[in-house]
Amino acid sequence: MIIELGHYALILALATVIIQSVLPLIGTIRNDRALMAVAPAAAFAGFLLVLFSFSVLTFAYVVSDFSVANVWENSHSLKPMIYKISGVWGNHEGSMLLWLLILVFFSALVASFGANLPERLRANVLAVQGLISTAFALFILLTSNPFIRLSPAPAEGQDLNPVLQDIGLAIHPPLLYLGYVGFSVCFSFAIAALIDGRIDAAWARWVRPWALTAWSFLTAGIAMGSYWAYYELGWGGWWFWDPVENASFIPWLAGTALLHSALVMEKREALKIWTVLLAILTFSMSLLGTFLVRSGVLTSVHAFATDPTRGVFILAILIFFIGGALSLFAFRAATLKAGGLFAPISREGALVLNNLILTTAAATVLTGTLYPLVLEALTGEKISVGPPFFNLTFGLLMLPLLLAVPFGPLLAWKRGDILAAGQRLFAAAAIGLAVAAAVMYSYRGGPVLAYFGIAIGFYMIAGAVTDLWLRAGIGKVAGNVAFRRFVGLPGSAFGTALAHIGIGVTVIGIVAVTAFETEHVVEMKPGMQVEAGGFTLTFDGMRRGQGPNYSEESGHFTVARAGAVVTDIWSSKRFYTARRMPTTEAGIRTFWFSQLYVSLGDAMADGGIVVRVWWKPMILCIWIGTLIMMAGGAVSLFDRRLRVGAPQKARKVKAALEAAE
Amino acid sequence: MTRKQKRLAVIGGGVAFLVAAVLLVMFAFSQSIAYFYVPGDLAKASVPPGTRIRLGGLVEDGTVKRGEGSTVTFTVTDTLSTVPVTYTGILPDLFREGQGVVAEGTFGTDGLFIADTVLAKHDETYMPKDVADRLKAQGVELSGKETIK
Repeated sequence: MIIELGHYALILALATVIIQSVLPLIGTIRNDRALMAVAPAAAFAGFLLVLFSFSVLTFAYVVSDFSVANVWENSHSLKPMIYKISGVWGNHEGSMLLWLLILVFFSALVASFGANLPERLRANVLAVQGLISTAFALFILLTSNPFIRLSPAPAEGQDLNPVLQDIGLAIHPPLLYLGYVGFSVCFSFAIAALIDGRIDAAWARWVRPWALTAWSFLTAGIAMGSYWAYYELGWGGWWFWDPVENASFIPWLAGTALLHSALVMEKREALKIWTVLLAILTFSMSLLGTFLVRSGVLTSVHAFATDPTRGVFILAILIFFIGGALSLFAFRAATLKAGGLFAPISREGALVLNNLILTTAAATVLTGTLYPLVLEALTGEKISVGPPFFNLTFGLLMLPLLLAVPFGPLLAWKRGDILAAGQRLFAAAAIGLAVAAAVMYSYRGGPVLAYFGIAIGFYMIAGAVTDLWLRAGIGKVAGNVAFRRFVGLPGSAFGTALAHIGIGVTVIGIVAVTAFETEHVVEMKPGMQVEAGGFTLTFDGMRRGQGPNYSEESGHFTVARAGAVVTDIWSSKRFYTARRMPTTEAGIRTFWFSQLYVSLGDAMADGGIVVRVWWKPMILCIWIGTLIMMAGGAVSLFDRRLRVGAPQKARKVKAALEAAE
Repeated sequence: MTRKQKRLAVIGGGVAFLVAAVLLVMFAFSQSIAYFYVPGDLAKASVPPGTRIRLGGLVEDGTVKRGEGSTVTFTVTDTLSTVPVTYTGILPDLFREGQGVVAEGTFGTDGLFIADTVLAKHDETYMPKDVADRLKAQGVELSGKETIK
């Protein structure tokens, strides 16, 4: 009964979001305030209904109700509770319902935080949100219904793909979707602005917090997915340029560009048309990512099931929204007046360079991802575009951006002085080179390019600190004055610095682990030893164990340095009984930012076992850097200017509107 | 410089950057694309040694042999032709005789395929889509368990 209620709530939600998309639009055309006021109420109702529906599905998983086909296919009564819950979105139907839940959640957020928005804008934004929600609610109900019953109900479920039975599944998809779907708000704002044919700096001020929120979550989601793949798959890799990874990375690149161009629009009223286009493109890339992952055109761990009608349906959604948005853009963009002028060497100029490089990089990754699909569709020829392609193109394109990043904040708006900025960054560059030289001296060997990469990383960190240092006037004014100025700096200054420091830290991690990691594949018998990263690992033997829904064989390793035992590592291979599927549970030990990574291979006939041991120097910097970037996003979000400024502007516009009526 | 010239310089710079990016992408494609083959294709037209390809098919029953250390040799078949493969490293969890596999690497001069990457998916009913398509195209009957959904 409760299952049918959940199903029914989803149908009601569909009706609600249809109302949310139609009535407010009519309201703005007829200038009918009562119709426009329907939007927030419908958004709240839609959110509550989908939330109820999602809770029902979660309940079915918690009580292991195998009469629900979706639960039977993806759960097992012996599975630990946390994986029962996360299993809700560990399959196609459930993950689409989570997608919709987050979409209507953002609509509800716009409705509740949008009290200061002009009435027409809010109505249009929510109407577009409603339209997107309608498409996805229809998609779920027509092609991916999670509430279908089985009769008679099977006694036991088929269990979740073991690779997904991990805490990573509990965190990675919700974070990623908060990012992906969060950009829908920017998209809706862009469409609303195009419908109205009016756009100003206040628009950018309203959009930027949403872009920042979505960007921070997307950063977290991608980083979490990368770390999950790293420790769960047992291959020791942290990024594979897999099409599915690219599908989340392309919106990230476009979203990063959007954050920066919205900044120009907010401060200087320039780049209006470009910013609107970027807002459309970023969410389009999110939709494209959803299509690639969910349609089954790619075979990957993310493509849960392949059903051609689903692919066609998502493709139709994709064409409708991207095509519709771009046509609207083509018709209306000319009516948006261009804004402030600026010299090429200026803060705006630097941000344009940022946008040029980021969007080109996004286009490159997109090309590499789609080319094999397009080629196969056109000629039937099957090719693969692998990491060498992406490393070469993306790496080379990013290089000038990394070097330019510290310059941006040091240039003045309108007209900047690049020589002065260069002089100020002299110390940062010196620090970078000095650290690289020190590392070179202590490490000896390794590719010269790697030291160059490390120098860039430290240069970026020092460059970001330089900006804060100069702004606070440290060394120029008295200490207590400098301290007060430092504390009083706007949140966005700290946000910028943190985000840029984060990139520097990530670059250091990537370069260090790529250039200096060591890998040993050896056949070991108990008592044998292997060296890695200055440690000696001794293989002590294997032990059998039993988990709730798997059996495992674990190898024990004693880790010693200079003869003294430091720690030990268990590394195992599991066999999940329900799906008859083996997985590798790598043994990982962290030493500061570096890790020792041990995974087991096949047992040999003579009692030995193949063991793969990696030393991953500074690898944690990759993810710590992304955490710092996220922190930067959060700090910027709490900049008081974003909170105080918006309502003031809104009141003025509202007053102007009322005066005009 | 006048403002017009400045603007032209900026636009020119942007276009130059884009052109450079396009050339870079084309160069990278020419360097790093791997074509996909099943053993039957290789019987018809050989691939020169050193060219990077992806080889797909089934791991032939009874051919997996452990060599020294972690070197493994096996034979990839599409049931009509076979290709011997050697690989050093740890095979994926799902690598099994009779199952679908994709190996990426190059041919040595002796006709032995030296793989540096071996892929098998996280699903016991899985056969790489590429392999299934090609095998079907060659008229190989796939038993229920090996077909993909």
